[in-house]
Amino acid sequence: MPTRSRVALAALLFAAACTGSGSLDAAGEVNVFAAASLADAFAEIEKAFEAQAPGVDVRLNIAGSSALREQILAGAPADVFASANRSVMDDVVAAGAANQPQDFVRNSLVIGVPEGNPAGVTSLDDFANAELLLGTCAVGVPCGDAAQRLFDRASITAQLDTTEPDVRALVTKLAAGELDAGIVYQTNTNASAEVDLAYSPDAAEATVTYPIAPLNDASNREAAIAFVNFVFSEDAQRILKRSGFVPLDGAG
Amino acid sequence: MSETRRVRRRPPTVLLVLAAVAVLLFVLPLVGLLSRTPWSRLGELLTSDLVLDALWLSFISSLAAAFISTILGVPLAWVLSRVEFPGRSIVRAIVTLPMVLPPVVGGAALLFALGRRGLVGESLDAVGIVLPFSLAGVILANVFVALPFLIITVEGALRSTDVRFEQAAASLGASRLTVFRRVTLPMIRPSLIAGVVLAWARALGEFGATVTFAGNLQGRTQTLPLAVFLSLESDRDAAVAISLLLVAISLIVLVALRDRWWRS
Repeated sequence: MPTRSRVALAALLFAAACTGSGSLDAAGEVNVFAAASLADAFAEIEKAFEAQAPGVDVRLNIAGSSALREQILAGAPADVFASANRSVMDDVVAAGAANQPQDFVRNSLVIGVPEGNPAGVTSLDDFANAELLLGTCAVGVPCGDAAQRLFDRASITAQLDTTEPDVRALVTKLAAGELDAGIVYQTNTNASAEVDLAYSPDAAEATVTYPIAPLNDASNREAAIAFVNFVFSEDAQRILKRSGFVPLDGAG
Repeated sequence: MSETRRVRRRPPTVLLVLAAVAVLLFVLPLVGLLSRTPWSRLGELLTSDLVLDALWLSFISSLAAAFISTILGVPLAWVLSRVEFPGRSIVRAIVTLPMVLPPVVGGAALLFALGRRGLVGESLDAVGIVLPFSLAGVILANVFVALPFLIITVEGALRSTDVRFEQAAASLGASRLTVFRRVTLPMIRPSLIAGVVLAWARALGEFGATVTFAGNLQGRTQTLPLAVFLSLESDRDAAVAISLLLVAISLIVLVALRDRWWRS
């Protein structure tokens, strides 16, 4: 009977969608928890990956790396974790939630200013100027910890006006012209037309390395591993490079 | 007779069960919080500079917000309940907007209006007033989210009071302002106090609008909720301890006030 077979087919499709058991490569949903600074690049990588693996639906969860770590450790349904520094990833590994993370890209910290640099900020020394409205990420967030290391290395007591919960919040305030300068990622100044790069410190402390790992409790481990592998592919690395990230094997 | 018997009968099971579920919804997270509380380290955690700074800022900003909300909210509630004017229902809708608006959106809207590059903020900046990243900014964000609670509570009370008392006072020669002060306000006293307390409680817990408009800096704009949020990512024990502190402060104030003035 045509109706019955249609029902059976629907049931079969529904079951397939629910279990997400892969037929060819990987299928089903894969929840990717990615650092706030990866938002734009990973949105593109998601599209490119889904084009290659049509059965997979990538769900991005974007937040500050340390917020994501807390979500993962509290049992959030995560399949992949991409962190903006190694120490946050190390916490996740130490808690037994992931094994053998791999570094996949680098980013550098720069001084970001509103378009046109109205306050005329030119170097890290300007962060000692109490007259200016200055911001970084909060301590505990990768971009905040790295900014603090930069100040320490240059022996600057930063006169900060705000320490934002994640880099996107900081970029928003720079783009709105509310802050005169902030320590953001190179990729932020590339992505936002309203935020200019005023200065890039030439220091090892200004470089952050991003690790990625499939999670041990991943409900869709097959797709998780496929996604992680894809991040190392030429396509994905090209997307990351275009966003302003520095490939690991490249110069810089 | 039949009426008293009906009152003494057992309440319907359905209502009891649903009410119990409602209570559970409040109690369960609280138990979760208590189960994670690092009791042995509590004293040390709650006396850190971070917590004391945030406690002081929360104290100042929530009280200031409740005060400003009262000064501005009571007159608006009176106008809404006693004066007929075109567009009254629109004003009423606008007043409640901050209750449904995500606080982060409220904070962004404040930034667009009162930030350094904002509609009004640009002129303020010209005369040297910068609201974002300041305590004034925190208080402003708090007032924005707290004011509706006061207005709605007070307006509801004003609408349900008997206007004839006011009319009688007026007919005996009292001016409109005197009627308001000597007749209207005393009549709505319990609701007024409830409104002030609700506004204060909302301001105490405020997070989204504050962090968006006023930023986050220890000792200047970092209130308790902001300290909780950021500690969650660096020191979970501290975050739980601060949360417990917030719960304790709110409970103590609400219970104490309820027993003293809020009984009707």
